Parts: sequence; structure tokens; C-alpha cells
Amino acid sequence: MKMVHNVKEMDFTRAGEATARIKKDLQLVGMEVATIRKAVIVAYEAELNIVIHARKGTLSVSVYPDRVEIEAADEGPGIPDIALAMQEGYSTAPAHIREMGFGAGMGLPNINRWSDKMHIESEINVGTKVAATIYNKLAGE
Amino acid sequence: MLDQDNCKGCTNCIKHCPTEAIRVRKGRARIIEERCIDCGECIRICPNQAKLAITDTPERLAEYKFTIALPAPSLYAQFGPLVLPHQILGVLMKLGFDDYYEVAVGAEAVTGSLRAYLASGSNPKPSISSACPAVVRLMQVRFPGLLENIVPIEAPMEVAARLARQRARQVHGLKDEEIGIFFVTPCPAKVTAIKQPFGEYSHITGAISMSTIYGELLRRLEFPAPLMQSSISPALGVGWGKAGGENYAIGHHSLLAVDGIHNVINVLEEIERDGLGDIDYVEAQSCTGGCIGGPLVPQNPFVSRVRMENLVRKLVLTKQDLPMLPTDPDFYHLKKPILPIPTLKLSDDIDRAIAMLEQVDRITTELPGLDCGSCGSPNCRALAEDIVRGYADPSYCIFKLRERLQLLAREIVDLSLLQPPAMGREQSSSGKEGKVK
Repeated sequence: MKMVHNVKEMDFTRAGEATARIKKDLQLVGMEVATIRKAVIVAYEAELNIVIHARKGTLSVSVYPDRVEIEAADEGPGIPDIALAMQEGYSTAPAHIREMGFGAGMGLPNINRWSDKMHIESEINVGTKVAATIYNKLAGE
Repeated sequence: MLDQDNCKGCTNCIKHCPTEAIRVRKGRARIIEERCIDCGECIRICPNQAKLAITDTPERLAEYKFTIALPAPSLYAQFGPLVLPHQILGVLMKLGFDDYYEVAVGAEAVTGSLRAYLASGSNPKPSISSACPAVVRLMQVRFPGLLENIVPIEAPMEVAARLARQRARQVHGLKDEEIGIFFVTPCPAKVTAIKQPFGEYSHITGAISMSTIYGELLRRLEFPAPLMQSSISPALGVGWGKAGGENYAIGHHSLLAVDGIHNVINVLEEIERDGLGDIDYVEAQSCTGGCIGGPLVPQNPFVSRVRMENLVRKLVLTKQDLPMLPTDPDFYHLKKPILPIPTLKLSDDIDRAIAMLEQVDRITTELPGLDCGSCGSPNCRALAEDIVRGYADPSYCIFKLRERLQLLAREIVDLSLLQPPAMGREQSSSGKEGKVK
């Protein structure tokens, strides 16, 4: 088992750095190509959500031979209606973020789509935790 | 390849390699072959001109009964504004070739094939060009998840070689082993693509560096030789030599062009994160400026860019008479899929690899984090990886070494202050003089 902790700040120029480090680690471990691809998408969306919406957060990854578990935990506004947040296209990103091209409302739906299991818990004005599991299916399974 | 005498063991190249493929050992740089993608960054950055590309020399032409020159389109932009392709081809022939076949024609053929492929709508979005072998190798090593996005179409130089061979066999009745096809190359990546092809084999025999023959060509251009057959180079195919040329040739759809290996990496990371789904085709060149910016190219790429743009403009206005090109899409199809090169794995056993990764993390926290390169690895984390893989020892880190020496020195001083019980006898004073203050 392994955990990697990366702390995020509200910083667009560094958005994606934690994901890049996670990807490198998964390549070192030798996870399947498809697993790494899904993990990169899930980690990136989770990381970006922290950058866009939260005050600060951590992106951690646990690596097992048969799966990757990604957890994004943040201190921030929280999600009032999780079902609504899961709808494709629904976004609470502020206008200046959407002007940058982010905040398309696809973050959580994408995480759901590319992971095998997903779990969200949130508390208003405290923070949110998103956990996703991707199974490391060997090529040909 | 390394020029042993010139390499000083400085750390410039190890830090610029996009796949961290270089280490310094015994005072010299050493390339880890499996990780090298031939991007040429190390050749460019070496301040001592110690990095060289291995290419063939014109002497090799003597090995073949019939030799064909395959000039890359970037060759046409290496000379003055008044020098035209047919003049360059004329003097190229004087080097000893029996015939030539323009890679630009190959590029025209591939353009047609690409247009059909993109129009089919069944291609992944975005599709990525297969033309730059350094980019393809970069994807094999660092972005294996994107290999399925590469267009399954041969690169122009292979297409040109195939057509050249066909023509030589038909027109001159030659056998394959009698034909020597030599690509005039702007870069080492294309040399490797010939010697270690992505498919089963390459139709090209060897590669001659543009820089090697440049002096010879310049000299002979003083007395240009007329070409036997008239030659009008195809405008769009010629444009492939410059970054943006592929897209210019394709014309329609949503096209993105990126050049420079680190910029390519950024774009590929974006694609890997599921971005850029609105882009149909990505033209990616490892060298800044495209092939005209290659490490084996004699002319300054900003000058070449102008020459190329002017040439393409001129050619577009000239009546083009292209040879008949095959229209069957299978002709251009890559024969084998491009497979990943899993050289980054710590171990084939995944449990062991996870344990090793934990070690890498732990060792990294113990290192100073200065990325100075004195250990011969590009950065502290790379040294940690090397230690875990068995390529390096913790003592390579000069700061760790000094720390250990300081500890040892302190221990020695401490030891020297200790007194064993048999010693330490106080000196008795002579006479009990003086009061105790």
C-alpha cells in the first residue's frame, strides 16, 4: 500500500502538477496503460476542483497491485446538492474561471465515468471529500 | 553517441533530456538506450559539442548498384533565396546518386491519405501525426495511453522510399538488394527510425546527415548542373518541412500544431487528461520550427522558415505535375501497431514495484532536494530511483557524503576528548602555596 500526499493551493499555473507526479509514480509501479490513463483523468479533475472551488486541499493516492484509490479532500464551500453537482454541464465555477475555459461542469461526471467506484461526502462551509477507485484490469481481461 | 574526448561530464545534457535518459558516470555522459527518444536536445545543448548523431557517409553509396537519394523537404530551405529545388537536386545527384525521389512527393501522398482518414469521422479525437519519430518514441515511453491516437499512416519518408523502390524495380528491372536508398536527414530520430523501424523493416537503406554534405552541395552550386528530368516539387509536400506545414496541407478540420519537445509534452499531457476533444488532428514536431530546426540542419531555422514559406508560395503558383500516386488507403497503412516501451517500470512484479516506490519516496525525502546533478542523475528524485534500481549509491550525493564526513569528524573529535580510566591523573602542585580563592 502506498500513499502520496500533495497539498493544493488556489494556483492555476500549478494545476496539474500533482496529477503529473501521480502519473509518474503509477508508471514506475507498472500499472496497466488503461489504468494509468483513467487515473490521470480522475486525478486531474479532482485536482482542478480543489483549485477552482476550495481554499486548499490534498490529493492522495493509494496504490495496490489490483487497484488505485484516489482521494481528494479539501477545505472549502462544500457541495449543497450532490445529485445536482453530478449532472453534466452543471457548474458553480465563478465567471472569471469559466472565462479561462475551465468550469465546464464535467468534473464530477467525468470522475464517475472513468472510475469503477466513487464516493462523495461534503459539509457546507467545511469541505468536500471525493474518493474514487480504479481497478487495475490486466490487458485482455 | 558520445565524443569521449570532448565530454567533460558537466551536467547540462542530463537536465535537458525529456525522458531522463542520460547519466554521468566516470566523468562522462552515458545515454540509457531504452529511454532515448532521439529528440536531439542533448546534441543541441552540449556546450562542448560532445554529442553526435550516428549517420552514414556518402562512401556507403559504393555498396549498391543503384542508389537513390531521398531528400527531406527541409533541405530545400537550407540555401539562398535564389536557389530552387531542382538546382539542389541537380547537385545532390553529383554526389554519386543514380536517381532521386523527393520525400515531398511522399508527403503529398500522405496528405491525401490523411484527408481521407480525417473525413471518415471514425478517427480518435484528436488524432496525432505519425511523422515525427521522436514524438512517436516519446509517446511509447511516456504516453503509452495515447498510442491509439496516432494516425495509422506511414511517415512520408517511408512512403517515398517505397515508391522509389517500386519505380527502380519496374523501370530498371533491379532487384531489391541492388538498390540503395539514402535519406538526407535533418535529425537523428529519422536515422533511428530507419535502423530500428517501428514496423517490420524500413525501405530505406541508410541516412546521410544534411550537415555532412552541406559544404559539398554549396561548392557545387557555384556551377549548377541541369537536371536530366524537369522537376517541379509539390508545394504542399514541401511545406511539411516546417512546423504547421502538415496542417497547411490538410486544410480542413480543427488542426493544432505544436513544436519543441517540451511544448509537445504539455500538449500530450492535456490530451491525456481528456482535453482537446474538439481538435481533429495534432501535428507535433520534436524540434522547434519543425524539421528545419533539426539538430543536423546547417541553416538557422528562422532563416529557413522564410525560405520555405517563400518557396511554398512560389510553388503553389507553378503548375504541379505530380506522378501518379496510389489511392488505395491500405498502401499507406502502418503494417504493425505501435507498442509501448515500458522502460520506466521499477519491476515486472507489481508488489515489488510498489515496495520500491515507497523506498524511492523515502530516499527522496532524505536527499537535499537541490537537483544539482553532481551525482550524475538529473534531479534528486531520479537519484532516489537510480539507487532503488541499483544504478547508483547514496554516496554519489555530494551533500550526503559531506554530511557523513561531518558526522564522522565530530565522532573523531568526541573520541579524542574521551579519557580512559587509566589516564587522567591530576598533576599535584609543588607546595601548598596560595589560598584557594
